[in-house]
Amino acid sequence: MSKALPLSLFVATATLILSGCKGDPPIDSYTEKKILVLGNSTEPQGLDPQIVSGVIESNIISALFEGLCVEHPSKEGVHLPGVAESWKANDDFTQWTFKLRKGAVWSDGMPLTAEDFLFSYQRILHPNFGAEYAGMLYYIKGAEAYNKGQAKDFSSVGVSAPDPHTLKVQLKASIPFLPDLTKHYTWYPIPKHIILKHGKIDQRNTPWTEPENIVSNGAFVMKEWRFNDYIYAEKNPRYWDHANVKLNGIRFLPISNQYTEARMFFNQQLHSTYSLAPEMIEHAANEYPEYLKQETYLGTFFIRFNVTDPALKDLKVRQALALSIDSQAIIDHILKGGQTQAHGIVPPTDAYNTPKVVSFDPIRAKKLLEEAGYSGNKKLRISLLSTDKEVSKRLSEAFQDMWKKHLGAEVSIEQREWKTYLDRMGKLDYQLALGGWIGDYPDPTTFLDMWKSGDGNNRTGWSNKDYEGLLAQAEQTKDPSERFRVLEKAEALFLSEMPIIPVYWYTSNYLLHTSVKGWHPLLLNNHPYKFVDLELPAK
Amino acid sequence: MLRTIISRLLQGIVVVFCLLLITFVLVRLMPGDPFSGEKAHSEHIIKKNKERFHLDKSYVEQFAVYLGRLAQGDMGDSPVKEQPVTKIIKHSFPASLILGIAGITIAILIGIPAGILSALRKNSYIDYGAMVIAMAGISIPSFVIAPLLAGQVATRVSFLKIAGWGDPFDWILPSLTLGLGTAAYLARITRGGMLEVLNQDYIRTARAKGVRPAMIVTKHAIRGGIIPAIAFVGPAFAALITGSFIVETIFQVPGMGQHFVNATKDRDYFLLPGVVILFGTLIVFANLVADIVLVMLNPRLRA
Repeated sequence: MSKALPLSLFVATATLILSGCKGDPPIDSYTEKKILVLGNSTEPQGLDPQIVSGVIESNIISALFEGLCVEHPSKEGVHLPGVAESWKANDDFTQWTFKLRKGAVWSDGMPLTAEDFLFSYQRILHPNFGAEYAGMLYYIKGAEAYNKGQAKDFSSVGVSAPDPHTLKVQLKASIPFLPDLTKHYTWYPIPKHIILKHGKIDQRNTPWTEPENIVSNGAFVMKEWRFNDYIYAEKNPRYWDHANVKLNGIRFLPISNQYTEARMFFNQQLHSTYSLAPEMIEHAANEYPEYLKQETYLGTFFIRFNVTDPALKDLKVRQALALSIDSQAIIDHILKGGQTQAHGIVPPTDAYNTPKVVSFDPIRAKKLLEEAGYSGNKKLRISLLSTDKEVSKRLSEAFQDMWKKHLGAEVSIEQREWKTYLDRMGKLDYQLALGGWIGDYPDPTTFLDMWKSGDGNNRTGWSNKDYEGLLAQAEQTKDPSERFRVLEKAEALFLSEMPIIPVYWYTSNYLLHTSVKGWHPLLLNNHPYKFVDLELPAK
Repeated sequence: MLRTIISRLLQGIVVVFCLLLITFVLVRLMPGDPFSGEKAHSEHIIKKNKERFHLDKSYVEQFAVYLGRLAQGDMGDSPVKEQPVTKIIKHSFPASLILGIAGITIAILIGIPAGILSALRKNSYIDYGAMVIAMAGISIPSFVIAPLLAGQVATRVSFLKIAGWGDPFDWILPSLTLGLGTAAYLARITRGGMLEVLNQDYIRTARAKGVRPAMIVTKHAIRGGIIPAIAFVGPAFAALITGSFIVETIFQVPGMGQHFVNATKDRDYFLLPGVVILFGTLIVFANLVADIVLVMLNPRLRA
């Protein structure tokens, strides 16, 4: 026996190695079973829609939960019914009534009613709960005061349920894009009966999102969660539209290393990667054009100015620095991901015309800098705060070189790890800093509101009463297209004062297997899973 | 012997406590906090969250609260992952342990025989070959070996995956990556130890008495020659369990190494001390075991 065991182990190993020619790609068996396998960057910080605040979490939560409205699989700005069967607004978009689906149930069979929505909004806004993303609901009348503890009673918040299948929302301003907001996970319903079973309304960190406890209302339900390994969500048989859901399940893999992710994709272990490293885009474009996806993404990369800094107080200096950046060169030689040159902060859409204020003009830049008093021996010496990400390093060096070449400026790069970078930016302890912003919903205000004075995301020291006046005016403007014109004016004013230099508008670069159907480019880079299908390639 | 063990254990407790104290304070002194992110949160929310984790109190009070909970086996909640630290460790420690055990097994199985063989065939081609390979093994970092194994081996062998942690076959490549570097060190250390012993008088005496060469090696030389290797294996095992960040990210292993790195980056005020306690204890323990084994092998060390 003792001799037979090693021998049989050897034979078994040898057989396995000899049979080592690769058979069917592993992804085909998932495709056959209609299980979508997605790379999802890192382990989610949690799955409570009212606690998390990231894209990674959103990718999983949007499979498990559903809001009042649902994205159209391929068209921007089209809202399909979700939990709400129908909805309507009053003339000035301040009052909305949602009629909820009568047969809607949670995955444990309990009915989903307007009461669940009221409970959800009370919980996320509860002053003791401390939800980081509560601000997404500040559009509701009285929500901000309740969240800040200024109003004690939740009845002062503008949401009500006249009957179990009607939800009324009273807004503090004219918000024509409310259906877009309801697609964000902060607006999703959460199961009151389950939350209260595991804790109090204002208690965080209860075990209700554990796989054995979680109850949801989306097209999929949580089946298995192996920490740092995978999350598996299975088709929800109680979902109201389950007959039209094509997938049987989704596996989310937290693959933080982009190269590992790409290797796994090319070795047929994934249907889609979360991202693609810039240096691999060219390779993918040449070798695997059928897999490479380059899609417009609702985000802007920019450089912040600390306008309280003595050297950067002068608008001419800021303009000179802005006009000497050749963003097309940066896109072509560093990013290589099909990004577009940004001439403003808001990525343009069909309805919104982003003002064209920023462009590459080194001659004018040099002149402006001379007017600001930097000529002859007097050189502009500034520092650029950057992060330790690979792409940030390369971008910083490119900016440094452009400013040296076109302006003769001496720029030192201060590369700091992420939290230190954030800390210094928040304390205005910098001169210039790399920055970026991803929109939460497809409306210009997601890019414009943050520059109000006192907003934690401003981080430039800049503020302007006229700018805030225009934003307030837009809130009161009923006509959606007129509202956009007001916002365009606000953006033009913002850009003319130049607290930032817009550099480029993001694209999302990733790899997608050809077996995935019903997956279309959308601005927020979300792909409503209920419309996604898998088909084996024809042999 | 018992006295040595007890004294070592007490020293170990002091070491781990100091480690904990230093980590606990240093992570709080770093710029930023666990709640900061690209999207800033309102001040009243940040205040609420600081209260929740007692971060509004002085370091002394915070540490006292922490120790009080620690005494009950509670390492606190991670403010970043919104989960109890003990749960995070419970979920990720098994993978690290498997990786560590498999890695050290590979290192021993390759390193020690290679070292012994080199010493016995000193200055032969076998010796030069083994030592050149060992030198290469020490010099090539795991972030080079790992992608090579993933790209060149996993793509050709049917039961190996590029990355992932599903079945025991998935243990092979990551533990090979981890084990090879240690094997190289081990081979060099074993060779050195063996060479020293082989030159000793008692080996010469044994040879003169006509003891068979195989007997000399197995019965007399290895016992003494392997001592430096054993002193190395203990800490190396702890290092393999704790230092697997690169291997974990490249092979997608759900282990502890990534928490060590990420908890620092994220300013996770509770996960980092938790991980440090665990790793500190492991290293202390591994050293203790190595010491005990050394004493057992070498009577001269007995007090």
